[in-house]
Order: sequence, then C-alpha cells, then structure tokens
Amino acid sequence: MEQLTLQDWSRYTPMQRFQRYACFALAALVVAWALGSVNIIWAWVWDAPTQMGDLFSRMVPPDPANLDQILLALWDTVNLATIATALAVLLALPVAYIAAQNTTPNAVTLWIGRFILVSSRSVNTIIWALLFVAIFGPGIVAGIVAIMFRSIGFLGKLLGEAIEEIDPKPVEALQACGASHFKVVLYGIVPQVMPTFFAVSILRWDINLRESTVLGLVGAGGIGVILQGAIDTFNWQEVSTVLLAIIALVVTGEIVSSYLRRRIL
Amino acid sequence: MSAARDHWHKPPFIANPLLRYGLYAAIAVYVAITLATLPIDWDRAAQGLARAGRIFGGAFPPSFQRSELLIDGFLESLKIAILATVGGVLLSIPIAFMAARNIAPLPVYYLGRAIIILARSFHPVIVAIIFVKAVGFGPFAGILTLIVYSIGFVAKLLAERIEEIDPGPVEAMKSAGASFLPTLVYAVVPQIMQRQIGLSIYQLDSNLRASAVVGIVGAGGIGATLANAFGRYDYDFALAITMVIVGVILISEAVSGAIRKRIA
Repeated sequence: MEQLTLQDWSRYTPMQRFQRYACFALAALVVAWALGSVNIIWAWVWDAPTQMGDLFSRMVPPDPANLDQILLALWDTVNLATIATALAVLLALPVAYIAAQNTTPNAVTLWIGRFILVSSRSVNTIIWALLFVAIFGPGIVAGIVAIMFRSIGFLGKLLGEAIEEIDPKPVEALQACGASHFKVVLYGIVPQVMPTFFAVSILRWDINLRESTVLGLVGAGGIGVILQGAIDTFNWQEVSTVLLAIIALVVTGEIVSSYLRRRIL
Repeated sequence: MSAARDHWHKPPFIANPLLRYGLYAAIAVYVAITLATLPIDWDRAAQGLARAGRIFGGAFPPSFQRSELLIDGFLESLKIAILATVGGVLLSIPIAFMAARNIAPLPVYYLGRAIIILARSFHPVIVAIIFVKAVGFGPFAGILTLIVYSIGFVAKLLAERIEEIDPGPVEAMKSAGASFLPTLVYAVVPQIMQRQIGLSIYQLDSNLRASAVVGIVGAGGIGATLANAFGRYDYDFALAITMVIVGVILISEAVSGAIRKRIA
C-alpha cells in the first residue's frame, strides 16, 4: 500500500511511450522530407500575403454589372446538378441491386456491380469532366454526364449497403405467399430502403450543387464558365460577384436539403 | 355502405391526391423547362460517340513510357498533401476552439463559425485558381488550397467534438484555480486528442485525392501532369495516369482505414 502511493503516476507504459515517440519521429521525418524536397519558390511564399492582399483589394467592391448573366448561369448550374442527380439516381438503382449481396442474382453480377461502384467513385468529377469535355465538346452535356458518372458510385454504394441491411422477414413472407420476384422487390425491399433512398439522393444533390460550380473551369458548363472568363480577363470585381453568388447558392442548397431531409425522415 | 374491397392496394406515398398530382405536374413542368432552357448543343453532343471511340482507341493500351513524369507528379502530390495536412491541422485547432460554443465567448464563436463556413463554401478547385492567380503556378498554391480545405473539414468536426466533451475535468481545473490555457491543455485536449489524430489521418487521405484535382487548374502535383496529357491529346498517357491515381487512392484509403481502426 505504502509503495503504491509513493509511485509516480504515469499514463503510459515505457513500451507505449516508445511507440508514441517513434510515431512522432516518423511523422516529423516525413514532414521534413516533404518540406525539404517540395518544389517551392520561397520568394513567392514570403511575397504571398502582399499578393493576396492586393488581389482582395482588387475584388472590392463587387461589380454587379453582369448580374443578370450570372444569375442565369446560376440557374443553369442548379438545373445541371438537379438533372444529373435525378438521372444518376435512376441509373444507380439497378447497380445497387446487383451490388448488394442479398439481392444480386449471382457472383458475376455482384462483381460487375462492385466494379462499377469502385471505378465511378475513385475518379473525381473534374477528371470525369475533362474526359467528357473531350468527348462531347465544351458545354453543359459534358457536365451532366460527368456528375452522373461520379454520383452513380456514391448513390449505388450507399443504397447497396441499405439493401444489405434490410430485415429479411418481409421478403420471406412475400416469397412464402408466392409473390413474383418483381413484387417481392416492390413490397418487401423498396419500402425498407425508401428513407435511405431519399436521404442519400438529397445529400448527393447538395454535393453535386457544389461540384457543378467548378465544372465550368474545365469547360463543362455552369457558373464556372463565367468565373473562368472573369479571371482570364482580370475582371476581379466580377470575380467577387460570382464568388458571392456561389456562396449564396451553396448556403441555399444546404438549407433546402436540410429542410427536405427533416420533412421526409 | 361501400362495397367491400377484395384487393389490397399499396397506400400512395403522398396521401393527399391534390398534392400528389400537383407535385408530379410540377416535376414534369420543371423538367420540360430545364431541358428547353439549358444551353445544350445537341449536334455537338451527337458527335460524342465517334469521338469517344477515337479517344478510347487512342487511350488503349495505356502508356507508361514517361513513368518518370508520373512518379514525379505523384511525389509532388504526396508532398502537397502532407504539408497541407500539417498546416491545416495546426490551424484547425485554434479555429475549432474558437468555434466551440462551450469554450469561446459569443463574438469569438461567431468568428470561428464564419471562418469554417467560408472555408467550406468553395470547392477546392475555385480556391485553387484564386491562389494560383495570387501566388503563381505550382505546389505552393496547391498547399494553400488544401490548407483551406482541411480547415473546413477538420475544424468543423473538431469543434463538434469539443462541444461534446465531459465538462467535469474543466470544472475541476477551474475550481482548483487553473487559468485558461492550462485548462485547455489538461482538461480539454486529452479528451479530443484521439479524434484529432483520426481526423488528421482521414484528412491526409482526403488531401491526397484533392491534390490530384487542384493540379488540373495549375496548383501542382499529378493533376497538372494529367491536364497536360489531356491538353496534348496524349490519351494513352492520360489513361495510365488515371489508372495510377485510382490505384493510389484505393491504397491510401485502405491504409488510412486500417490506421484509424487501430487507434479508434
């Protein structure tokens, strides 16, 4: 008893302490390597605050001269995101169905489904947009297809997980009653995944709204086209108007999606 | 008395028929209007299939001839991701304390929240083009961009964690007469440390993905290499880069998932 009270309290055993220090040392080494070998012109770094200040001083006050065009582009952006999300949801349904272990017809379809999901999700929207601008030419079609290609993986993965987590009893009950396969899906599975379906679609719509604001930078339509144009012509006051418009769009999107989520769930 | 129904019908999703059909009509009108007003060049889009054939014909087989360029691009992306994660995480900690309702006084709280909202509003690509214009092409612009991106995510989640801490240790320290800073260090930090490390590892993974994208607008790393390959119609090299990007992302996702599982 006496000895215990005299001992110093320590949070870690020596071994744990050694492991922690080893982790910290490793992290420090990696950071030092990155910092030492990265190709940075340090003069630009020291100059950066001045340059940033200069840029922002050019941006005020925002110039509303082109506001009607900006609002039009904003409207196109919303439509682009909405249409692409809707189409992606339709396409994601069969993919989710074959990518879920309990509904997929056989191992081959499961594998195909998983492959579609992984390849869709691992390529970023902007990279998809680069590809589709090369295919369809600059414009909104490339943007819609790019957002669709990226969203299918996201929607399909989350919906597939929802399908895998359903309660199998209603499905068995329907099967025991001799319901056709289509009816089993419609009455046994669909009602159980409905809430997830809406929640996931709304979430993706919100994400797509953000993503579609930048598609124009690689030529795939939306408000980004105007932003790129204003930047290329050094029209910084218009740039700040566009940036404010994008903030307004994103914040509105967040409010709408959280309202819808609360209404539906 | 109404006739007994011998068939069960699925109850409609929206009970009120007026609202239901109104909603359907509204959706149809919306789709019609959008399709009519969207500036779509159908002729140009129709040529897409032929072009896609040409592009994929040019892309197969992927070319790894200039693998040196590929490796350099990736190392640069990795460095950008590491430095941005360190910078972003370090800046996130004070901002998270500012944005935690139970720690910060109200004006500071609003300032912290405003910083987080601003950092989250813009897609990293927009932040990147602005930094590229301000500080020039190259990895420095990429690092600044991803620092902003990291603050938006790490500071937000860390602030939420701080708001959920057990107030007991804080009260104990205060009643023992500790000043503000020791209270933070000994009563708050130990409670959020684990979340902070998990978030940092997640953010490193996330920054590595994002660094491929911000490079497309000139902020350094593998994205710059990819955009160049696309610009010069080197589709076989572009495919090789994309394949490696996907591979690296899958590996980094697996590694970060494994680490987070071990420390959580």
